[in-house]
Amino acid sequence: MSIHIANVTKRFGEFTALDKVSLDVPSGDLLALLGPSGSGKTTLLRIIAGLEHADDGVVRYEGEDVTNKAPKDREVGFVFQHYALFRHMSVFENVAFGLRIRNTPKAEVNARVKELLHLVRLEGLGSRYPAQLSGGQRQRVALARALAVRPRMLLLDEPFGALDAKVRQELRQWLRQLHDEMHVTTVFVTHDQEEAFEVADHVVVMRAGKIEQAGSPQDVFDHPASPFVMDFLGQVNVFHGRLQDGQMHVGNIAVNYPEYTHAESRDATAYIRPHEVELERLPGDGTRLPVKVLHVNPAGAVTRVRVLSEAFGWSLNVELRPERYAELALRPGDQVFAVPKRVRVFMSDDYAI
Amino acid sequence: MKRKRILPGYNLTLGYTMAVLSLMLFLPLAALILRATSLGPKEFVAAVWTERARAAYLLTVGTSFAAAIVDTVLGLLLAWVLVRYEFPGKRICDSLIDLPFALPTAVAGLVYSNLYVEKGWFGRYLVPLGFQGAYSQTAIVLVLAFIGLPFVVRTVQPVLESLDADIEEAAESLGASRWQTFWKVIIPALQPALITGFALTFARGLGEYGSVVFVSGNMPFKTEIAAVLVVSRLEEFAYTEATAIALVLLAGSFAMLAAINGLEWWSRRYAA
Repeated sequence: MSIHIANVTKRFGEFTALDKVSLDVPSGDLLALLGPSGSGKTTLLRIIAGLEHADDGVVRYEGEDVTNKAPKDREVGFVFQHYALFRHMSVFENVAFGLRIRNTPKAEVNARVKELLHLVRLEGLGSRYPAQLSGGQRQRVALARALAVRPRMLLLDEPFGALDAKVRQELRQWLRQLHDEMHVTTVFVTHDQEEAFEVADHVVVMRAGKIEQAGSPQDVFDHPASPFVMDFLGQVNVFHGRLQDGQMHVGNIAVNYPEYTHAESRDATAYIRPHEVELERLPGDGTRLPVKVLHVNPAGAVTRVRVLSEAFGWSLNVELRPERYAELALRPGDQVFAVPKRVRVFMSDDYAI
Repeated sequence: MKRKRILPGYNLTLGYTMAVLSLMLFLPLAALILRATSLGPKEFVAAVWTERARAAYLLTVGTSFAAAIVDTVLGLLLAWVLVRYEFPGKRICDSLIDLPFALPTAVAGLVYSNLYVEKGWFGRYLVPLGFQGAYSQTAIVLVLAFIGLPFVVRTVQPVLESLDADIEEAAESLGASRWQTFWKVIIPALQPALITGFALTFARGLGEYGSVVFVSGNMPFKTEIAAVLVVSRLEEFAYTEATAIALVLLAGSFAMLAAINGLEWWSRRYAA
């Protein structure tokens, strides 16, 4: 079931939550709506589910216009951040709820609930009440409940947001696996870029009620369309500089920027990811930036190093592979040289052609 | 072995609690029992199981039960309106709910009987229609419903407020209509609070005296509640019989409390 959203606008009083948003979700896709809080991602999800009404614009499932259809007739599975389980019902009854509403024969209900409890790995817990489950288990019950009625699509609102890191990690991978088995079109909202990249086929980055960029995780990460996306998708080092004749000067390093070849100089910003900086002991050919090591944190899969360029007064975060760190044997106070391997340049916002 | 406690003063507070309970509850009850048991078993039964007394017990329980049912429905509606909707004067309405708590019940009784008598503001229209709102069993139910109403509202209101909108949305997205959502999701979630509110109102009704004495007319066999019967026995200087009836009322109240506690425990079985 594909989803088509055209020019959807939603206002809450003076606040514009969504501003003419258009989006297509192909059938069978697993799509992440990613953005900071207040970016409109949850509102968009709720409009897809029918829990919120768009002031303007159209929502279609496949070819069918569902803009004015009540949520109960849309056949979507919705999973809430705080689970929204029915506390007075056992796990079994929670999962069976949608089936009972549809007057499904008893034998079929039993079989389907059993199947789903197996799927979410909660066999044997059918008679428990939600209050007797852990957060991760509750969210799996919520998922089973949403899936029980064979929804046309699955919508999840920050599904793992209230869980601790380890459970989150597990459920993420499990969601991906589940999707690969069932191929139901799935849209989930998250503010965690790592989660979006790990799970989704496509990522939609939202900002202030608009879609900033949409594409595959690799696309979005490697070719961020704006400084906002660059900034939002993980740690970056930011440098302000001048752009002139197809080159931007960041300290003593020149970066090519062929899109701007004018002689007149412009303000620009350079973004460098911490893992795209290399540290060297030797000065090389003069395109290396002399820096002093301030702090080293070797705990974790990468070694985080903070260095300071004394000449320009910049501090820079660098991520090294542990092998490389061992090779360099860095100590705080060491004089080394930073080599940016990849720099992304964005002209400042006030510059428009 | 003596266990270490983090909070100090366990012995002191326990002792204090027991002393207060003894002075205020156990001693008077013991006196009541002692007095009543000065009758022989036969005399006791003769005092408490007369036709007039049976009619009074039945009326007390019946009218309290009816009032509690009325209040549970009305109280739920009021709580719903106060929690779910915004309207001018909402805060004033909200504080007026507690009026029956503060009002001397005798005042309530006087007002109700004045309103519903044949020439009263309501009575002049209702009595010709056959609705006897004063000096009748209906009158007792009406005034008990007035007095017990805050109990239901005040127990249901906070639960309704804490009910997340997302469980209703979840029900809706699973295909439930508004009606199904209300009956299958909201009412069961409110059920423990409704039962508590019902129980409090019922218990309040059983113990009410001041208002009923004004509205019921106190006709033996018809509109005489048990508490009024005790008083009328006292006025006849039949102290022992009066205490015997009081003892029956006491036993009845205890039984009700036990049953209600059991019911509340059952209705909260899903809370871990």
